[in-house]
Amino acid sequence: MEIRENEEKKFDIKGLDLYYGKFQALEKIDMDIYANKITALIGPSGCGKSTFLRTLNRMNDLIPGVTIEGDIRFDDENIYEKDYDVINLRKKVGMVFQKANPFPKTIYENIVYGPRVHGEKNKEILDHIVERTLKEVALWEEVKDRLNKSALGLSGGQQQRLCIARCLAVEPEVILMDEPTSALDPVATSKIEGLLGELALKYTIVIVTHNMQQAGRVSDNTAFFLSGKVLEVDNTAQMFSNPRNSKTEDYITGRFG
Amino acid sequence: MKAYEKAIEKLILISAIVTTVSVALITVFIFKTGMPILLQYGVLDFITGTDWSPTSEIFGIMPLIIGTLAVTLGALIIGVPTGIACAVYLSEIASKKTAGPFKAAIELLAGIPSVVYGFFGLIVLVPAIRNYILPIFQKFNPDLNTSGFSILAGAVILAIMILPTIVSLSENAITAVPQEFREASLALGANKRETIMKVIVPAAKSGIFSSVILAMGRAIGETMAVLLITGNVAQMPGSILDPVATLTGTIAMEMSYAGPTHQQALFAIGIVLFIIIMLLNILAQAVMKKMGGVN
Ligand SMILES: Nc1ncnc2c1ncn2[C@@H]1O[C@H](COP(=O)(O)OP(=O)(O)OP(=O)(O)O)[C@@H](O)[C@H]1O
Ligand SMILES: [Mg+2]
Repeated sequence: MEIRENEEKKFDIKGLDLYYGKFQALEKIDMDIYANKITALIGPSGCGKSTFLRTLNRMNDLIPGVTIEGDIRFDDENIYEKDYDVINLRKKVGMVFQKANPFPKTIYENIVYGPRVHGEKNKEILDHIVERTLKEVALWEEVKDRLNKSALGLSGGQQQRLCIARCLAVEPEVILMDEPTSALDPVATSKIEGLLGELALKYTIVIVTHNMQQAGRVSDNTAFFLSGKVLEVDNTAQMFSNPRNSKTEDYITGRFG
Repeated sequence: MKAYEKAIEKLILISAIVTTVSVALITVFIFKTGMPILLQYGVLDFITGTDWSPTSEIFGIMPLIIGTLAVTLGALIIGVPTGIACAVYLSEIASKKTAGPFKAAIELLAGIPSVVYGFFGLIVLVPAIRNYILPIFQKFNPDLNTSGFSILAGAVILAIMILPTIVSLSENAITAVPQEFREASLALGANKRETIMKVIVPAAKSGIFSSVILAMGRAIGETMAVLLITGNVAQMPGSILDPVATLTGTIAMEMSYAGPTHQQALFAIGIVLFIIIMLLNILAQAVMKKMGGVN
């Protein structure tokens, strides 16, 4: 991997092991995630991509029996330190899930939920956040007349963009996305992909995808996971044109078993 | 096979008819027996009259309506928050191991016959109100007095009786809230309390609400336990320590010795109960529909 000392590291992961009970799902992961870049995580099903992603905002804390060893530094602080402020971490590291999961509330309420939880009460500011974030995800024109209607009435692609907007509303620094387009049709997918480029100007993005074209199209860096290990992590163009590891090549070219 | 299916179909149809006809017959019977006196006495006078002296043929059931509403409302005020808190605790906070015995205990509550609740109230609650609760109230109002047989006693016992309904139905509703909502909320940096209060309980609200309506129906209809501890005095209560009579309790108590007119009047009370329950159901359905809209 090229040494990129001049780029700002957002996450610095060293020797990460994760166990579900006795089963080791992640093994000795070393990876850097750079600010304002899109990092794609690829690899066959069950290799640990989601698990890894969820260590970055400590969502695995919710699963009983998970043990984690090693170091994950976010802005140079170990997020698994005993007194680390998880709430603050999750405020800075937002997450978009594979299946769009808007709350059964209105579109407006979905977006202001995060800011309200973090203490914002001013109606004008909240209105402003709603407009800003919906514009950022290119949903404003489609929903501005029905902000007070249930978010569940939106189409799948609209719901997923709403979830991205809801995530942006708390002004995160990093956005973790776990196969955000896997449930969407090609039109909705390309809308969200287009969005990613724009978002990368302001945010650091880590995205799990099964779609090689998608990884190739949108990401700056790519990490290839295989049975709990990171086999290769590199600049995306580099990895796709000239993979170092023969298994990476097999996977990227679709020859993987 | 065809014949077999036909037979089953017929059987189901017959069951449905029997059920419907029974309900219809009961309704007709109650109305037929109670209606004449209602009309003769005057519906308005019957309902708004504040004097219930059946022996002198004065039939004003306002005190009974107030008694029923007071006891029911009291039970809801005590039972609903307790029940919902309990359901939240069992489904969201307690570990499976801790929740197990609690759930078993609450289900047991549902199986206790109501007369036993009444007896418990009679032996424990009524004296406790007289000896311990009354002095507290007297600090604020020295003139207050009570035998212990009271709205408060009825409300507390009813609250315990409706707990199983509220807890188990609300718990089901809360458990049915998809995990994705919890994850979405926590991933936005909300803590557990905020997630429960602002996402999970609202998402389960129509289930919780229907548990409350069912509980309310049970509270209004409950006769035996309430009969034993509310004192059965058909008068307008001045405080929650005063005795009251309820609609159901009065029917149960007086039917055995009532003369013909009195008996008719008791059936007329049945009509009023019938209508109250009907209105409640309609209200519940309307509110549920409205909630469903935002859901
Ligand atoms: N809650 C859990 N408890 C136990 N094992 C788990 C749990 N979640 C995931 N695993 C296991 O950990 C491994 C990695 O799972 P993970 O979900 O991270 O894979 P993934 O790469 O995201 O797969 P996919 O592409 O199918 O989403 C799998 O073997 C999986 O069975
Ligand atoms: Mg996954």
